[in-house]
Amino acid sequence: MSKMPLLYSPKVLEIFKNPKNLGKMEDASVVAEAGSPACGDIIKIYLKIEKVDGEDTIVKASFESYGCAANIASASILTELVKGKTIKEAWNISWKQISDELGGLPSIKYHCSILAVGALKRAIRKYYKDRQRPEWLPEEETPEEKQALEVERLIERLYKGLEQVGT
Amino acid sequence: MSVKELLKSHGTPPREVYFDLENSPFVPKEVVEEMLPYFNKYGYGNPAITHKPGWEAYGVLLEAKEFIAKTICAESPEEIVFTHSGTEANNLAVLGIALKNRKRKGKIVVSAIEHLSVTFAAEYSSKLFGHEVAVVPVDEDGFIDPEIFEAYMSKDVFLVSIQTVNHEIGTIQNIKELVKIAKDYNPDVVFHTDAAEAYARLRFSVKDLGVDLVTLSSSKIHGPRGAGALYVRRGIELEPVIRGQISVEKLWPGAENIPAIVGFKKAAELAFDNFEENVKKMKNLRDMLMEGILDRVPDVLVNGPRGNLRAPDNVNVSFLYVEGEALTIELSLRGIYVSSASACTSRMLEPSHVLLAIGRKYEEAHGSILFKISRYHSEEDINYALENIVEAVKRLREISPIKGVKNE
Ligand SMILES: Cc1ncc(COP(=O)(O)O)c(C=O)c1O
Ligand code: FES
Repeated sequence: MSKMPLLYSPKVLEIFKNPKNLGKMEDASVVAEAGSPACGDIIKIYLKIEKVDGEDTIVKASFESYGCAANIASASILTELVKGKTIKEAWNISWKQISDELGGLPSIKYHCSILAVGALKRAIRKYYKDRQRPEWLPEEETPEEKQALEVERLIERLYKGLEQVGT
Repeated sequence: MSVKELLKSHGTPPREVYFDLENSPFVPKEVVEEMLPYFNKYGYGNPAITHKPGWEAYGVLLEAKEFIAKTICAESPEEIVFTHSGTEANNLAVLGIALKNRKRKGKIVVSAIEHLSVTFAAEYSSKLFGHEVAVVPVDEDGFIDPEIFEAYMSKDVFLVSIQTVNHEIGTIQNIKELVKIAKDYNPDVVFHTDAAEAYARLRFSVKDLGVDLVTLSSSKIHGPRGAGALYVRRGIELEPVIRGQISVEKLWPGAENIPAIVGFKKAAELAFDNFEENVKKMKNLRDMLMEGILDRVPDVLVNGPRGNLRAPDNVNVSFLYVEGEALTIELSLRGIYVSSASACTSRMLEPSHVLLAIGRKYEEAHGSILFKISRYHSEEDINYALENIVEAVKRLREISPIKGVKNE
C-alpha cells in the first residue's frame, strides 16, 4: 500500500489527546451520523436543543468517532463551535472553518471535516423534520450537504469497487 | 505547520519500543560501527577504479557477495547482484525479464499479495510491452492453492513471481512446490521469489527451492537502507532496467554503496550467528504478543496464518471498532511504534491489497496493526506494549460509536 507523509498540526494532536464533549448523550434532542460503517469513517453527533430567548439554541453537543485523528479532532472542534450557538448560526459552520480552527488539515484529510459538517447538517435537518421548518433553512439540499453526501457515496463506491478487486 | 511543533506536542514517552521494522529498520550499533570506516578510512573508493581505496572497496564487495551467496546456498558469489534496495531488486527481476521478452506476447504470473514493487513492476511491463499479468488468488490465510496455481500455467507464461514470505501477514508460501509445478509445465519459465521477508529468518537454499531469481533487502534484516540484492542463477539472462555508467554490477549501473553493503553483510552475519536461537527467541516473543493481545483485548482478528507457517517475526491483528491510524498515533504517544493498513493511512484512502486479498472486509482492515518482532526486543518490551495496547484500544473504543457485543 502506498503511504503518505502526514503532518498534523500540533492542535490536532492536542485535541486527539484530550477531545472535548466526548461520548453518548442520554438526553439528546437529536442524534445523527455521517459516514458509513462499511467504509470505516463515522462521525456521530448528539445535540441538546432548547429555546433560549425564543431561539432554538444548542445548549449541549457531543460526539463519537470511528475514524482517524483528523476525524476525532474535527468532531471535537465542531461540538465546541456549536455549543451555545443558535441552530441558525450552527447551520452556517463550514468544514473550512473547522480545518482552520485545527491549524489546517492535510488535504487528504479534508473529507474528515466535511463529514463532521455533514453530520451536523443532518442532525439539524432531522430536528426540524417533525417541526416547522424555519425560514432560514433551505428546503433544497445545500452544496455543502451535497458535498458531505458525496463523500459518503464516494467512500461507499470505493468500497464496492475494491471488494471486487479483492475477490 | 512544522514538524518541530508537532514533535514538541507529541513529547518523548518514558519508554519506547519500535515495532515498525516493516517500514524502516532499526540499525544496531554493531552494524553502524562496522560501516563507519568505509565512509572515510578504508574502502571508501569506487570499487571499479585502480587505486588502493578502490581495490579495498572491491575487496569488501566481493566478500559481501561471498557471504550472502553462502547463506542462500548459491553456487557462486557472481550470482549475487547488488542494488540499492529490495524495491530495486524486484524491479530488476520483473522488468529485467520482461525487457528480455519484450518482442513476444507473453504472460507474467504473480500472487494477489505481492509487495507493490513486484505488482507495479508487472503492471508496468504490461503497459510497456503488452504482456498479460495474471494474478493468482490466495486463501484466507494468504496461501496459494497449488491446484489453482497450476491452472494459471500456460505455454506463454515466461515469468512467475511469488514471494517466499508475505510482508504484512507473514504467510510462508510453499515455493518449492510452486516451482516444481511451474517448471514441470515449462522448464524455461523464470521463477522469481521476493525473499526480502524470509531472509535471515527462515533458512532456505536457492538450489533446493529451484528458483532462478531471489530478492533480498538489507533494510529488512536490521541492515541499513541503501543495499539490496538479487540472486540471479547462472544462465538466467536479464536486461538492465536503468541506464548509466557501470561500476561493478552490469545489471545495476551506478557506483555501489559500499558502506551500506558492508552493513548489509554485517547484519546478515549477526542474524546467521546463533540462527536457531534468534529465531526461537523471535517466535517466543511473537506468540507472547499475539496471545497476550488475544487474551486481554476482546474483538480482535488475527490476520494471516497461525503456527509454523507464520513468519517468526510477524504479528498482525485487527482491533475491531477502532481505526488504525488513530491507533498508531495513540500508541505512538505511549512510545509504541507500529503501522496500520487501514484506508485512512493510505494515499488512495483504501486498505491494503493484502488484507483485501485474504477476504478481510473494509471495516476489518480498518483497525489492522502490524508489529514486527526482532531479536532486539525483550520480554519487558512485549509486556510494556501489551499494557499500552490494552489501554489504547480501550480509549479509542470509548470514542467509537460502534461497540462490540461484549462492550455494549
Ligand atoms: C516483501 C518485500 N519486498 C520488497 C521490499 C522492498 O524493500 P526495500 O524497502 O529495501 O525497497 C519490502 C520492504 O518493504 C518487502 O517487505
Ligand atoms: S477518518 Fe478515514 S481518513 Fe479521516
